[in-house]
Amino acid sequence: MTTLIESQARPTGGTASNRSLRWMRDNLFSSPVNTAITLVCGYLIWQVLSTILSWTVFDASFAATKDACENISGACWAYVHQNARFILFGTFPEDEQWRSVLAIAMLISGVLISTNRRFWSVGLLVGWLVGLVVLYFVLAGGVLGLERVDTAHWGGLTLTLLLAVVGIGFAAPLALMLALGRRSEMPFVKVICVVVIEVFRGVPLISVLIMASVMFPLFLPEGVTVNKLLRAQVGIIFFQAAYLAEVFRGGMQAIPSGQYEAADSLGLSYWQKMGKIILPQALRLVIPPTMSTFISLLKDTSLVVIIGLFDLLATTKSAINDPAWRQQFLEGYVFIALIFFIMCFFLSRYSLKLDRDLKQGMSH
Amino acid sequence: MTQNQTNQAAANPVMTLLYDKTVRSIIYQILVFGGVFLMGWYLVNNTLTNLEQQDIATGFGFLEKEAAFGISESLIQYTPESSYGRALVVGVLNTLKVSITGIILATILGTFIGIGLVSKNWLLRFLGKTYIETFRNIPLLLQLFFWYSVVTNAFPSPRNALNPIDGVFLTNRGLYLPVPAENPVWTAVLIALVAGIAGFFLLRKWALKRLEATGEVFPYLSVGLGVIVAVPLLTWLVSGAPTELNTPELTGFNFSGGLNMSPEFFTLLLGLTVYTATYIAEIVRSGIQSVPKGQNEAATSLGLKPSWVMRLIILPQALRVIIPPMTNQYLNLTKNSSLAVAIGYPDLVSISNTTMNQTGQAVEAVVIFMSIYLSISLLISLFMNWYNKRMALVER
Repeated sequence: MTTLIESQARPTGGTASNRSLRWMRDNLFSSPVNTAITLVCGYLIWQVLSTILSWTVFDASFAATKDACENISGACWAYVHQNARFILFGTFPEDEQWRSVLAIAMLISGVLISTNRRFWSVGLLVGWLVGLVVLYFVLAGGVLGLERVDTAHWGGLTLTLLLAVVGIGFAAPLALMLALGRRSEMPFVKVICVVVIEVFRGVPLISVLIMASVMFPLFLPEGVTVNKLLRAQVGIIFFQAAYLAEVFRGGMQAIPSGQYEAADSLGLSYWQKMGKIILPQALRLVIPPTMSTFISLLKDTSLVVIIGLFDLLATTKSAINDPAWRQQFLEGYVFIALIFFIMCFFLSRYSLKLDRDLKQGMSH
Repeated sequence: MTQNQTNQAAANPVMTLLYDKTVRSIIYQILVFGGVFLMGWYLVNNTLTNLEQQDIATGFGFLEKEAAFGISESLIQYTPESSYGRALVVGVLNTLKVSITGIILATILGTFIGIGLVSKNWLLRFLGKTYIETFRNIPLLLQLFFWYSVVTNAFPSPRNALNPIDGVFLTNRGLYLPVPAENPVWTAVLIALVAGIAGFFLLRKWALKRLEATGEVFPYLSVGLGVIVAVPLLTWLVSGAPTELNTPELTGFNFSGGLNMSPEFFTLLLGLTVYTATYIAEIVRSGIQSVPKGQNEAATSLGLKPSWVMRLIILPQALRVIIPPMTNQYLNLTKNSSLAVAIGYPDLVSISNTTMNQTGQAVEAVVIFMSIYLSISLLISLFMNWYNKRMALVER
């Protein structure tokens, strides 16, 4: 705390030091109450920061083996060294691990490319569809001499990213249909869409996943089985579609009725009106809330651990249950918390930036 | 319309009908209905065949049967000999218990952080933002696992319990708190409290009526709050002011007496509170910032007292922005409490899960817990609609 203030107060040339002093007076010490708050906050930050830093860095052992962790009070990062492979890729065969790495790289670069507005086009959509098919064969194998890997062995970060990206990819079109249906003038279509949306929004995701894992098999004709991963994925898609549908509907409602009337008076058909006039404007409005839906989807994929899929959280949890590493539970959770944090933080920053850009674009 | 076109239309009545908007709409709907009906029939048929094939009973008869599994904590009398129906009631009550406590705590924590976010103090704002970014960007389930590990692994055994405040003990078997010793007086105090709250609303009604009729101001808020505090307090004093506490004490390997929060309940409550507070803080912040400065200035220049400005001008406008998303967060917290199943707190989903594993009647169990969650959601959204209508700006 003191070092923080000193470093800011240290004179670094006439005006600059005056400016920083004035800034400090205005923002930190403007009144006795404010000064007290600053001191308390500074103390709190110091306490938390010093605890975290000494655990993660100063008192920690960075050696690659566990022997070095005998007499230390901080983190034993050997845990991450030893278990990273399992946490990140699950039980994917060790010789074929490059395929997991390739899949993660494909998913992340796909998301990164899609975040750049210059690439937004139909080509990107086609690229995604082709990419997902390629991705499936990279992971599942069975072609071009690749060894076949059962979906039960897909795990870790690969699975988390796969569930989230495929989830949002398929949820979006479904959500669009549901949103259009809910805004439709046909009462029966409307009722069905309202029921689907409200049922999925009214129940927790975990119940949808339980339903997908125990009830879904009963729905299928005898002898037909669908694997667990696909069932969970379908559950996630429907759940997200319901939320996304409401986001899309909000966008459509925000378009002034003059736009609808103008399109009607030009004699456009329903699909022309929606496809060429309403949706391009509405979807643009809802990009930021769509992003936050994607972020919550990314976090929610961790729930599949409850129905026994090996996502990032599940692999960490089972690595912790290894008796040799019983004491290192914190390291494992901190490691993946950091992974989740980086992904979600990047996405939320990106969505803020996008929001600003779009607002600027509209005011011109 | 010219004669020619009329003739064409008359010559081709089927086409005319097909281009009619109403007819089209009916045809579409019949198609959709048919599709949905066939799909539903197909699914139900498959399910029935499968159930028959696997020899699984159908119907809700199992609710009467003996559950034969223990539940670690329950608000009502429950033993393994009780029925499945009773077990599910225990689950619902446990869900409500953790949700309601969580909602109260998250609102308090979130409001404080939200106010911190609009503070003039930079360090406080920074602290608030860091809190929000940290806990919002990590999945709730991961946080729950984390806290649960900390509580069960890093907390000491009851013998070496942490004792931060006199009478409060933190152990790996949960949290122990002192509570007032059992005494019929407390029931009376509770009744007095309810009576006090009812008195407050009656007073408010009367005061507002008088204000409209005569223009005289009656300070119903301070008097009313006084009534709410005074009535139970008097009841307590009159009945002898019992102060005896039931404090937890170490007997053998564990504590007895006092209020025990199991590690599962404690973890779930902590996780839900910390996570939901991040969202509530943002809502409170945007609510406060949504009221333009001019409103405050205008009200002050009209000569209203600061407390009246807050109550009559600022709060009603801020609450209009705050309440709808806040209700949504309360609903989310209730739904998120279903993550209890992952750490072993016996909530509704967890007990339904056990029930379906034991009886095999997955369809019925899923239907039961889904409809309970749905009815909670529906009740809350009905309330929201009512509230929005009441609070909506009346535009002339």
